[in-house]
Amino acid sequence: MSDSEADTAPSAQTASTRSILLVFLCTLSGAAAQILMKYGANHLTGAGLLGIITNLPLIAGYVLYGVNTVLMVLALRHGHLSVLYPIVALTYVWVTILSPMFFVDPLNVFKVTGVTLIVFGVSMIGVGSRP
Amino acid sequence: MTTPFSSMLLVLGASFVGSFGAVCLKLGADRLPPGLWGMLRSWRLALGVFLYLLSSVLFVGGLKDGSLTVLYPLVALGYVWTLIWSRLFFREPFNRSKVLGLALILVGVFFIGLGNR
Repeated sequence: MSDSEADTAPSAQTASTRSILLVFLCTLSGAAAQILMKYGANHLTGAGLLGIITNLPLIAGYVLYGVNTVLMVLALRHGHLSVLYPIVALTYVWVTILSPMFFVDPLNVFKVTGVTLIVFGVSMIGVGSRP
Repeated sequence: MTTPFSSMLLVLGASFVGSFGAVCLKLGADRLPPGLWGMLRSWRLALGVFLYLLSSVLFVGGLKDGSLTVLYPLVALGYVWTLIWSRLFFREPFNRSKVLGLALILVGVFFIGLGNR
């Protein structure tokens, strides 16, 4: 792709399906990163910097955050920020649903209500912003 | 549980700084030179990543003490700032679905804060 194409493409539409899928992937990897980092922080063995750089889940979490940023930038090339950014809130949904499997962090009626509202909110933005 | 004013201020600051991180990523993404190397060369993207890191440091400091019922909605304000900046800097339209959808997300995050007490 030429530079001029990269300059003009994003304003042509509100958000391409590809961009929405990329942000969706971003929320999955963001949730995985958060869970890995929490798990890593709970299982720190060494002290200080040595403890951090020898902690595999923690490092995997950092790497996933890097992947996350690349995915987000690729998504933002062909979509409006006001459409794509709120989709990131789905990260809350995955973390809330997955946390009970890895931590003592049970679901309750508040969390389920919150997750449902976020899913509706994100869907509303996604559906209402189709070109 | 009482929430220190300093925690609220830190989280509010974090959401504000983070929203500018998103703006910089968008600015960088719109002017992206081809290839992965182009991504690494973009100062706008570098600034965006820096602002994200800064906001995460502020978040960690702010969320350490205090009630998540109070602090989570402040975290979610980042979505409101970003919607305002996208209108202001990129002339993206507001519409009913964006505003209503965002309102649902904010209430949803508030409920997750309630559930995490």
